[in-house]
Amino acid sequence: MNFDFSDDQKFLGNEARKFLSAECTTQHVRDVLNDDAISHHAGVWQKVVEMGWLGTAIPEEFGGLGLGALELCVLAEEMGRALAPVPFASSVYFFAEGLMQAGSGQQKAALLPGVASGDVIGCYAASEGPGHPDPARLSVTFDGQTISGRKLPVTDGDVATHALVLVREGSGASIVLVDLTAEGVTRTPVKTLEPTRSHAEICFDKAPAERLGAAGEGAALHDAILNQAAVLLAFEQLGGATRCLEMATDYAKERHAFGRPIGGNQAIKHKLADMYVKNEVARSNCYFGAWALSTNAVELPEAAAASRLAASEAFWFASKENIQTHGGMGFTWEVDCHLFYRRAKLLAVQAGAPAVWKEKLVRALELRNAA
Amino acid sequence: MDFNDTPEEAEFRAEASAFLSQHLDPKGARPLRQRIAGDEFMRQAKAWQALKADNQFAQITWPKEWGGRGGSSMQNVIWGQEEAKFDAPTGPFTIGLGMCIPTVIAFGSDDHKARYVKKALRGEEIWCQLFSEPSAGSDVAGLKTRAVRDGDDWVINGQKVWTSGAHYSDYGILLVRTDPKAPKHKGLTMFIVNMKQAGVEARPIHQASGGREFNEVYFTDVRIPDSDRLGEVGEGWKVAIVTLMNERLAVGGSPGPDWSEIMDYAKQSGTITDGAFRENLADWYVAAQGYKLTKLRTQTALSRGQTPGPENSIGKIITANQLQDICNSAIEMQDHYGLMTDTETMPADALFQQSFMWAPGLRIAGGTDEILKNIIAERVLGLPQDVRVDKSVPFDELKQG
Repeated sequence: MNFDFSDDQKFLGNEARKFLSAECTTQHVRDVLNDDAISHHAGVWQKVVEMGWLGTAIPEEFGGLGLGALELCVLAEEMGRALAPVPFASSVYFFAEGLMQAGSGQQKAALLPGVASGDVIGCYAASEGPGHPDPARLSVTFDGQTISGRKLPVTDGDVATHALVLVREGSGASIVLVDLTAEGVTRTPVKTLEPTRSHAEICFDKAPAERLGAAGEGAALHDAILNQAAVLLAFEQLGGATRCLEMATDYAKERHAFGRPIGGNQAIKHKLADMYVKNEVARSNCYFGAWALSTNAVELPEAAAASRLAASEAFWFASKENIQTHGGMGFTWEVDCHLFYRRAKLLAVQAGAPAVWKEKLVRALELRNAA
Repeated sequence: MDFNDTPEEAEFRAEASAFLSQHLDPKGARPLRQRIAGDEFMRQAKAWQALKADNQFAQITWPKEWGGRGGSSMQNVIWGQEEAKFDAPTGPFTIGLGMCIPTVIAFGSDDHKARYVKKALRGEEIWCQLFSEPSAGSDVAGLKTRAVRDGDDWVINGQKVWTSGAHYSDYGILLVRTDPKAPKHKGLTMFIVNMKQAGVEARPIHQASGGREFNEVYFTDVRIPDSDRLGEVGEGWKVAIVTLMNERLAVGGSPGPDWSEIMDYAKQSGTITDGAFRENLADWYVAAQGYKLTKLRTQTALSRGQTPGPENSIGKIITANQLQDICNSAIEMQDHYGLMTDTETMPADALFQQSFMWAPGLRIAGGTDEILKNIIAERVLGLPQDVRVDKSVPFDELKQG
C-alpha cells in the first residue's frame, strides 16, 4: 500500500506553488475583482499557458503532456490556494475531461490540442435556474443540429470559445458541443458573489451543435463529468482551506489584545483546531478521490462525493472563521479574507451544492451495499 | 498511489489470515448479547495472547529479543486489519503492551526487561497505568500521591483514579510526587508497582453508564524498592511523556456503531428514505472515511521510515463525537421505544443504547476533546500556550481544589 503522492508529483506541486506565489498574487486576483470589464487575468493566463499546465492530463497525441489525474490534482490544489483568476477549471476539469471521456476521435483531435495550447477555452453549461439542473426537465433543447434556450449562469461563459451543454433531446437528455463564437449565441456577463471568476448568461437561438456520445446519454454523462470535476475542484477547495488556516494562524499569533496574542485564548485555539480537523478530513478524502480518479476505480462515485463534501465543508468553515479570527479587519475590502469566502462559495455550488452530493453519496452507498 | 499489497505484504496477510481463521470466529458470528465476560473471558484472552506470542504475532514490530516478530510497520498494519475481522479477545493487554511495557523497555534496567517483558507479551501478567487522580485529570502533573524515601524503599500513600483493569492487573506503572517543594512538573518520579501487594486496593468506579470497567486505586503505606524506579528521581514527567506518546498510537480504534451500522438499521426500519437522515448519514460517512484514510496516510509515512506528521491527532475528536451523535440519532429514530435497553428484544441488541451511555466517557478518556484541541493548536499550529500560573511555583504553595 502507498497512500501518498510520489516525489515527482510533490515536486510538481512545490514548483507550482513557487511559480504561483510570484506570478499569481492576491494583487493579481484583485486586478480582476476591481475591474468589472475584465473576465480573467490575461497575464496570469498567459503564464499558465506557457507552463503547459492546461495539457497536463491531455494525451501527447492531442498536444498534451500525457501525465495523469494525480498530477492534475496536485496542480489543482495550488491553483485553489492561489485563487487563480483564470478559466483553468472550466477549460480543463470540465471541458477537456468531458471531451476525453465521451468525445469522438474527431472531436478530440479538433479541440484538445487547442485546450492544451490555450487557443481553445472550454466551459460547461448546465444550470438554467434555481436548483441543480434535472436532466429530465431541461429547457434548452437540441433538434439534432442546433440548440435553443438559455443557460444561466455559466462559469467562464463569456470568455470561453467552446462549451459542453447539457440539453434536452426528444424525451431524454444529451450533452452537446457548441462553438460559442458561432451565430445564434448571445452572451451577457452576469454579476455574482465571486467576481474574480467571470460568469455569463448564454442564450442559444438555433446555435449549431454536435452531440457528445449517443442521444439520451446526457444524464449519465453529466454525472460522469461532475464526478471528475468534483475531485479536481475538491483539490482547489483544499488548497484554499489550507491557506485560510495559515492566514488565521499567523494573524492569531501577531494580533495582541488584552496584553497577549489572541491565539493564546482557547476560543481561538479551538476554532483553529476545528479548522485543522476539517482540513485533514478533506485532505484524506481528496487523496482517495485522486486515487479513484486516476485508476477509474469502481469506488469513484462515493470517493468523488466524499472528497467534494469534505472539501466544501472545510473551505466554507475555514473561509468564514478566517474572517471571524481577523475581527473587524477581516471584514474590510483591503484584507484578503473575503476573496477566499467568495471563492469558497463558488466552488461549493458550481458543480452541485453539498445537499446534491450528499444524496449522490448515499445512493452510491446503497448501490455498493446492495451489490 | 496504490492500495495493493506488495507480494511480500500479500504473503504476510495470507499467513496472518490463515492463523486467525484457524483459531477465532469471524466478527459478528456471535450476537452481542452472548458475548463472553468475566473469568471465562480472561481465560480465553490469556490463551489467545499466549498463542499469538508462540507464533510471533503478539507484537509485530518489537525486536525478536523481546519476543516480537521484528516485522515492519506495514506488517503491523496488516495484522491489525486482519485481526479486526475476527472476534479477538485483546482488550486486557492493550494498555500494558501499548503503553506500560514500552516505557519499561525505554527506562527499565536489564533485570526489569528480563523479568517483565516476555511475561506481559504472553499475557501471563497484565499491566495498568496509574497516572490520573481525583484532582489531576487533564492537569495530570498536578497529582498528589506521595512517595517518601525510607532506606532502600519508597513509601507510597495516595489515590489514583480511572485506572482501566486495575482489579485484574499484576503490575502497574505509577507516577508519584517525590518532591512537593519543586514546581509541579519537576517533583515527579515513575515506579513499577506490584498491584497484588498489601496496601494496594482497587475499587471499581460505578460509572454513569452503569458499568464498572474502571477503578480507583488506594495506596496505603505501600513499599516500592528504589530499584523499581523508572528514570531518575524528579524526572517522572519525562518518562510519562514517553508513555503518553505511545497512548496516542494505542487508543483510537472503532469504538462502537458507525455509519454502516446505523445505515443497516435505517434500512430495516424504513428511515433510510428520510431526507434529513440521508444528509446525516453522508456527513458521518465523510468524517469516518476521513479518519480512516488519514490513518492510511500515517501508515504510508511509517512504512517509508518517515516520522508521521500530526494528522493522526484528529482521531478521537472525530470518533468519540460521531459515536455519540450516531447513537443519539438511532435512539431518536426509534422514538419512545428507543429508551428501552433490553438486549434480547431491542434492535441491534441495544448496541446504540449501550454506546449512547458509553460515548460521554470516550470524549473524556485519554485526553478530553478540549485538551486534544489545545494540543493541535499548540503543537501543530504553534499557537501560544495557555496561561500557566503554576509553572514555576513550588507545588506545595499552589492553590488546589
